[in-house]
Amino acid sequence: MTNKTAYPKAWLFVLPVVALVAFNALIPLMTVVNYSVQETFGNNVFFWEGVKWFEQVLNSERFHASLLRQLAFTGIILAIEIPLGIAIALTMPTRGFWASVCLVLMALPLLIPWNVVGAMWNIFALPEIGLLGQIINGMGFDYNFTQQPIAAWFTTILMDVWHWTSLVVLLAYAGLRSIPDAYYQAAKIDGASGWAVFRYIQLPKMKRVLTIAILLRFMDSFMIYTEPFVLTGGGPGNATTFLSIDLVKIALGQFDLGPAAAMSLIYFLIVLLLSWVFYTLMMRTEEQ
Amino acid sequence: MARISLQNLRHSYLDDPQTEDDWALKRMDMEWSDGGAYALLGPSGCGKTTLLSIISGLLTPTEGRILFDGEDVSDIPPDQRNIAQVFQFPVVYDTMTVYDNLAFPLRNRGMAEAEVDGKVREIAAMLDLEDMLKKRASGLTADSKQKISLGRGLVRSDVNAILFDEPLTVIDPHLKWILRSKLKELHQSVGTTMIYVTHDQTEALTFADQVVVMHEGTVVQIGTPVDLFERPKHTFVGHFIGSPGMNVLPCTLEGAMPYFDGVPVPTEYPAPGNGDAERLEIGVRPEFVSFAEDGIPVEIVRLSDAGHYQIVDLRHGEHLIKLLAPEGAALPSESAYIRFDPAHTRIYADGWMMG
Repeated sequence: MTNKTAYPKAWLFVLPVVALVAFNALIPLMTVVNYSVQETFGNNVFFWEGVKWFEQVLNSERFHASLLRQLAFTGIILAIEIPLGIAIALTMPTRGFWASVCLVLMALPLLIPWNVVGAMWNIFALPEIGLLGQIINGMGFDYNFTQQPIAAWFTTILMDVWHWTSLVVLLAYAGLRSIPDAYYQAAKIDGASGWAVFRYIQLPKMKRVLTIAILLRFMDSFMIYTEPFVLTGGGPGNATTFLSIDLVKIALGQFDLGPAAAMSLIYFLIVLLLSWVFYTLMMRTEEQ
Repeated sequence: MARISLQNLRHSYLDDPQTEDDWALKRMDMEWSDGGAYALLGPSGCGKTTLLSIISGLLTPTEGRILFDGEDVSDIPPDQRNIAQVFQFPVVYDTMTVYDNLAFPLRNRGMAEAEVDGKVREIAAMLDLEDMLKKRASGLTADSKQKISLGRGLVRSDVNAILFDEPLTVIDPHLKWILRSKLKELHQSVGTTMIYVTHDQTEALTFADQVVVMHEGTVVQIGTPVDLFERPKHTFVGHFIGSPGMNVLPCTLEGAMPYFDGVPVPTEYPAPGNGDAERLEIGVRPEFVSFAEDGIPVEIVRLSDAGHYQIVDLRHGEHLIKLLAPEGAALPSESAYIRFDPAHTRIYADGWMMG
C-alpha cells in the first residue's frame, strides 16, 4: 500500500478515544503541570514560580531520603519475589488436579484488596495479639513493628512478598508450560544437567513473561501506597515513608500544592525512566 | 553403533491395560541390524512415536526388553543409551550460538575443549553449517535448526543410533528434498543405525533400506520398498503405500481359483485353501489392472490426470476399482472389461496375504 488516500473524516472515528484520553490522562496531568510552576493561596489566585518547586524538591533531603527508601524497598522485593516466584513455578505440578489447586491457591492473595492486605498484616503482626507477632516474640526475638524500624521493614517486605510473589509465579508458570516436551527430551539426550536445562531452556523461554513480571512488580512496588499506609502509616518515624506516602503527606497533609505537583512529575519521570531502562536492558540480548 | 533388538515388547499408557485395545504397542519382537537405515511408517496414532520413544529411553516399556548389541538397556536413561534424536519441531538452544549448540552434548560429557572444537567443525562441514557457526541459533530458518539438532546427535562419535521423529514436518517443500538426500548421504558416510519415523511414504521409501509399516500398534510388514510395493503382506500396507493404493475386492474361492463377483481372477499365487478366514479378498495394485477384451465388466466413472499417467476410476456394481493408464493412452468410452495381472494379484485372508 504505497498510495495513501487522504480521508479527513477518519478523524471523527478517532475523536472518542482522543476525548477519553484527554479527560482521564492529559487534562489531569496538565493540571499537575499547572500547579508545579505556580504558587497559590487558594481563591484561584496564582503566582508564577518557574522551576522553583522542582529545585526545592530535588534539593530537599526529605525527598532524597524517601527516594532512597523507595529504591531500597523495590530492590529488595524484586530480589526476593522474582527468584522465589520462579522457584515456586518450577516446583508446581504440571498437570492434573493438584496443578489446578496450586493455581487457585496462588491466585488468592492477588484477589484481596490492598487495604485489606494492610489491615490483615497489621493485626497478624501485632506483638501482643497477632499470630505472627506472638510467634516471633515467642522464639525469643524482640519484635514490635510499630516501634522498631527494622521490624517495620521486615513486616512490610514480608507482606509484599506474600501479596505479590503469586503474580510472578503465575507468569513464570505460564512461560514454563509453553515449552514443548521435545526440549526436555532433547536436553535429556544431550546429557544436560538440571542447571543447564534451567539456564539454556527454561530461563530463555521464560524471558518474555519475566520481563513483564519484573516491569509490573517494579512499577507497582515503586508506587506502593495503600499497604504500608495501613500497616505502618509510614512509621515508626519516617522509616517506611515511601515516595507515595511522602507525596500524600505533602499534598494533603501540608497542602503544599506546588512542591507536591513538582514532586509528582519528578516521581512520574523516575518511574518512566527506570521502566525504560529495565525494558531496554532485558530486550537488548533478544535483538542480538 | 549398535544392533537393536526388541524382545517381547509391549506398551500401554494406561496403568492397568485390560483389553487388546488398551495397548498402544502390541507384543512385538524385532531385530534391527547395525548400520541400517530404517523407516517406521504408519498413520498418526499407530504407535510409531511410542516405539521410537521406547528405543530412545524416554519411555519405559510396560513389558519386554530392548537390547543394544545384546546388552539389556531397558532400564537405562536416555543420556546413557548414547542415542541421538531429532524431533518433529526443531529443538535448538536459543541463547547459544550454532557452535555452542553443537558443542553442548560434548561439553556436558566433559570432553576437552580442543577435542570439542575439532568435532564441531567436522560436523559443521558435513552439514554445511560452517558459515553460521558464530550466529545465534534462535534466528535461523527451520531447516537450519533441524540440521543443528541433527548435528548435536552426529558430533557424538559413540552414538548407537540416530532417531528421527517426523523431522521434515515443518520444512518447506522445496527444502525437504535437499534435506532428505542430505540424510541419505550422511547415512552412507557415517554408517550409524538410523531410524526414521514418518507418515509420508515418499520420505520412508526414499530414505530407508528397510521400511517397517505399523498399523494400530502392530508391525504389519518389514521389507524393502520393493517388497512393500510388490508383495504387501497386509491389505493395510497395500492401501497405505502406493498412490493410489491397492484395490482390495471381496472374493470367493472355488478350489484354488478366486472368483470376484462370479468372474474368475487367475493368480500365480493360488491359495492353499481358505483356512478359517472370515473374509477373503483379492488385492491388486492399480498399476497391474488393464483393459481387456473380456474379464470383469466395469463402467468408467472418472478420469484424473496425474501428470505422466492417468488414474481411471471404474465401477463394478458397488465396487470401485482404480486403474493406471499411461499418459495419452486411448481409453474405452463408457463400459469396458478389465483384467488383473496374475503375477501381481494376491489373495488375502482376514487382511493377511495368503500363500
